[in-house]
Amino acid sequence: MSDIPHTTFLDEVAALPACGKINECIQCGVCSGSCSTATHWEYPPRKVIAMVRAGMKDELLKSNSIWFCVSCYLCTARCPRDIKPANIVHGLESIAIKEGYKPPTTTTTMYRSFAQSIVDHGRVYEFGFMLKYFLRTNPFAALKMLPMAIQLFRHGRMPLAPKQVKGKEELTTIINKMGEGGDR
Amino acid sequence: MKYYAYYPGCSMEATGAPVEMSIHAIAKPLDMQFIELEDWTCCGSSPYAGVDKFKAIGITARTLAQAEKTGLDLVTPCSSCFTILHETNDLLKEDHRLADRVRGALAEVGLAYNGTARVRHVVEVLYNDLGPDAIAAKVVRPLTGLRVACYHGCQQVRPSYGFDDPEYPDWLDKMAAALGASPVNFPLKARCCGSSLVISEPATAVELIHKLLENASENGAQAMITTTCPLCHLALDGYQHAVNSKYRTKYNLPALAITQAIAFALGLDFKTSGLNGNITSPKKLLEPFMTAQPEQAKPETTAA
Repeated sequence: MSDIPHTTFLDEVAALPACGKINECIQCGVCSGSCSTATHWEYPPRKVIAMVRAGMKDELLKSNSIWFCVSCYLCTARCPRDIKPANIVHGLESIAIKEGYKPPTTTTTMYRSFAQSIVDHGRVYEFGFMLKYFLRTNPFAALKMLPMAIQLFRHGRMPLAPKQVKGKEELTTIINKMGEGGDR
Repeated sequence: MKYYAYYPGCSMEATGAPVEMSIHAIAKPLDMQFIELEDWTCCGSSPYAGVDKFKAIGITARTLAQAEKTGLDLVTPCSSCFTILHETNDLLKEDHRLADRVRGALAEVGLAYNGTARVRHVVEVLYNDLGPDAIAAKVVRPLTGLRVACYHGCQQVRPSYGFDDPEYPDWLDKMAAALGASPVNFPLKARCCGSSLVISEPATAVELIHKLLENASENGAQAMITTTCPLCHLALDGYQHAVNSKYRTKYNLPALAITQAIAFALGLDFKTSGLNGNITSPKKLLEPFMTAQPEQAKPETTAA
């Protein structure tokens, strides 16, 4: 059924895994009231849903909203319509990254470095992915993290080389195969 | 002896190492065996879902398929892995078209997804398969009188797994009480630690960690007992210095993962309990309990 064209922004979002109930939102605002970081969002969760339904794709995906989601799932646990706002927000993130939006946050780069680490090693190599993130964004910010890195190293919590996982090849095959199906 | 398929998750090999040590340390005395999934790979976590939702589901499904082959419950200490694995397993049972796509991808590498794996959290396993009474019966070094704030975090209890309370859980409180400790009222016990933003938006993450430390401290806690999630544990154990310099506070609140606390109460030494790996050292706080005579200290029934 991948030949059905996307007609609206709403259709595009609703076609993503676990995002299909977006139409059932009653705009009650429990999600915004529950959100751990709502004060940082340009448009809080309830508005995010409303903007998707109003087709305001550019305004939404150019904003810092969605990128402050910490996946605490309070919105999702409390939503009276079970629309799973947290899943919708992560779905929106994947649309923004794929379509090259540049929201005012470096979380996009952090996500990319994280995902690349999985592809490169089969597992996330924490030290490596953080280093890559800082090199891509602000190497000076890495200096601020140095005391933390030293603490972690001293306490045996920061191996300096990634593990080699045989399953990496399998994982790459699965990722490629899943990618062939497109976004529906 | 109870057997489980064990999925540590990537963080347990690095920042979560002290918690990982404690889980393996308590397994034997508690008659449990955590058998690590062979050649496991990352669960994808939230960041991969934010990059590509479909590929992320394929990544998660590999672990589910591997677990199915063992026929054992799939147990993870990481709350993020737990949510992703649990959620994907549920989603694939509902969304048949997506499940077919996943089966196609897994077939390429000789794996099959049937939806038979049962995804569980270490904390839930300790509580349900063992229980506070059974744990209390093995305590030789009770934490009598130690006031603790029990931090459950988000993804151990949310969105919803049909156990404990998603808003105000108390399983860690009950297990801490079984160790002899006194859990304090802790309203923010299931609020977010902000770990997922600690790299890219550190100010926001530190703000959330500050709220938790403040709330625990205001309620009289001398220490925190945390879930086994390596992200929650690091946020509370490792970021107190960052909170102190930003908010001009003086928090020095040891954060013990529940499994570290159990290991200590079972009489294991600091190193084996993973406690040497904690950045906010619990040594000074726990030293008085080390001198307790095991015979005298052993409680007859649970303190819960």
